[in-house]
Amino acid sequence: MEKLSKKAKVYLALVFFILYAPIFYLIFYSFNSGGTMSNFDGFTMEHYAAVFNDTRLLIILMNTVIIALLSSLISTAIGVLGAIGIVFLRNRKMRNAVLSLNNILIVSPDVIIGASFLILFTMIGVKLGFASVLISHIAFSIPIVVIMVLPKLQEMSSTLIDAAADLGATKRDILTRVIIPYIKPGIFAGFFLALTYSLDDFAVTFFVTGNGFSTLSVEIYSMARAGITLTINALSALIFVITLGLVVGYYFFNQRARNSIGTGGH
Amino acid sequence: MKSKGARSFYLIPYYIWIALFVIAPIALVVYYSFFDLQGNLTLENYQNFFSSVYLRLTLSSFWYAFLVTFFSILIAYPTAYWLTKTKHKQLWLLLIIIPSWINLLLKTYAFIGIFGLYGPANKFLAAIGIGEQQILFTDFSFIFVSVYIFIPFMILPIFNSLDKLNPALMDASRDLGASSWMTFRKVIFPLTINGVKSGVQAVFIPALSLFVITRLIAGNKVITLGTAIEQQFLVTQNWGMGSTIAVFLILFMIIIMMLTGQREKGGSANGKTK
Repeated sequence: MEKLSKKAKVYLALVFFILYAPIFYLIFYSFNSGGTMSNFDGFTMEHYAAVFNDTRLLIILMNTVIIALLSSLISTAIGVLGAIGIVFLRNRKMRNAVLSLNNILIVSPDVIIGASFLILFTMIGVKLGFASVLISHIAFSIPIVVIMVLPKLQEMSSTLIDAAADLGATKRDILTRVIIPYIKPGIFAGFFLALTYSLDDFAVTFFVTGNGFSTLSVEIYSMARAGITLTINALSALIFVITLGLVVGYYFFNQRARNSIGTGGH
Repeated sequence: MKSKGARSFYLIPYYIWIALFVIAPIALVVYYSFFDLQGNLTLENYQNFFSSVYLRLTLSSFWYAFLVTFFSILIAYPTAYWLTKTKHKQLWLLLIIIPSWINLLLKTYAFIGIFGLYGPANKFLAAIGIGEQQILFTDFSFIFVSVYIFIPFMILPIFNSLDKLNPALMDASRDLGASSWMTFRKVIFPLTINGVKSGVQAVFIPALSLFVITRLIAGNKVITLGTAIEQQFLVTQNWGMGSTIAVFLILFMIIIMMLTGQREKGGSANGKTK
C-alpha cells in the first residue's frame, strides 16, 4: 500500500478543519459573555442558563422530544408490520411496486413533502398544530423503518417459520417469538433513524405547524432569521452532544445488526 | 385461506399510509396546479411557469445547483481518494459523516456569524490586506455554504466505490506504462463513476429544493425552485402556482434520477440523505 504524500495529508487536514470549524465556532461563542459571534469578551454560562430558564423554549423542547418519540414508536410499529407483509407478498411485481412507492417519500425533497401534506391536511380538515406535525413525522419515518427492517427479514430463512409452525406455534407466536426477535437489530436501527429524522426535520414541520405550535428547529429558524442570538449557540452545543450520542447509539446497533449476520442471529 | 388473511392484515396500516401519504399528496399537488387564486380551473399557472420570470428562475436554480454539485465533486473526489489510503479509513469516514448529522439550520446559522461583517472571514481578509467585504447575502456565500453542507453526501458514495476498487488494476496500469494522470482518467475514474452518480443524485436535487440556505445566507440574491415553492405556499398563499412549481420540481427530480440511476447499488445507504 502506498503511503499518503504530504500534500494529501495537508489536503485532508484542511477538509476536516473546514468541516468541523463552523461547529466548534458555534460552540465556542456559546460561552461568550459579549452578545456577538465576533468578539470573545469572557467566559460565561449565562446563555445555557437562558436556555433552561426560558419556559417557552423548554415547552418547545418538550414538544420536539414528544413528537420524536411518539412518531418513531408509531412509525416503527407500522413499518415493521409493513415490511413483514411485503416479504410475504408472493407476487413479485406487486412487491416491487410497493417497494417503489415506499421509496418515494425518502427521495422527495422536503419542500414537496411539506407543501403536499399542507394541502392534504387542509383538505381533510386536520387542524395545523401538534396533530398535523405528529402525523407528518410518522408519515415520513415509515419508509425509513421499512428500509432498515427489510434486509433482516430477507435474510431470515423460511424454514425457521415452518419449523415453528410444525412445532405447533400459532401465527401470533410466530410473529412475537420467532420473527420479531430475529429482526430486532433492524427494528432498533429503524427506530433510531426515525428518531433522528424527526428531531432533525425542519422543512416539513415548517409547512404543517401552523401558528400555535412549534418545534425546536422551527424556533431556531425564526430566531436565526431575526439575527444572532447566543441562545442559539448554547442550544447548538447541547444539540451537538445529543446528536453525537444518537449517532454512536445508531452505529452501535447497526454494528450489532451486521455482526449478527455472521453469527446467525440473536 | 386463513394464513393469507393474517398476512394481509399486517399490511393494512401500511397500505393506508401509502394511499394517504404517498399517492394522495402527489395527486393533490397535481390537482391544485390547475387552479388559480380564485379557485377557477385554469392552465394559467402553466402559462406563467413558461413566462420569462419563472424560466429565468428555473435556469438560475439549475445553474446554482450545477455549480454546487461541481465544486462538491471537485473537493470530495480527492478527499475520498486519499481517505481510502489512510490506515483507519472507516474511523476517518465516520468523522466525515458526523457533521452531516448535525442540523442543517445550525450549520447554516454558524455561517451568519463567520461571514458577518465583523466575523472571522472578514478579519482574515483584512489581515491579508484585501479588506472587509460584504460576504453574506451574495451568491458566493450561498455556493460556499451549500458545498459545505453537501460535501459528506458526495464523499460517502465516492469513497464506497473507490474502496471496492481492486488495487491490482492500478498496479497493472502503472506496469503497462501509464502515468498517474492516465491511470486516473482511464482506469480509476471510469470504474468509480457510479459513486459519483450517486453523489450527484444526493447533492443536485437538494440544491434545487432547499430554501433554508437561501433564506438565511443569500438574502434575496439567490432564489431556488424550493424557495419559490415556499414563497408561494407560505407567503403569497398562491397554492396553485406553488403546486405548479412543485410539479416541475418532481419532474426534474425524476429526470435526474433516471440520468444518474444505475443497476448496481451505489452504497449511499449509510448516513442521512436529507
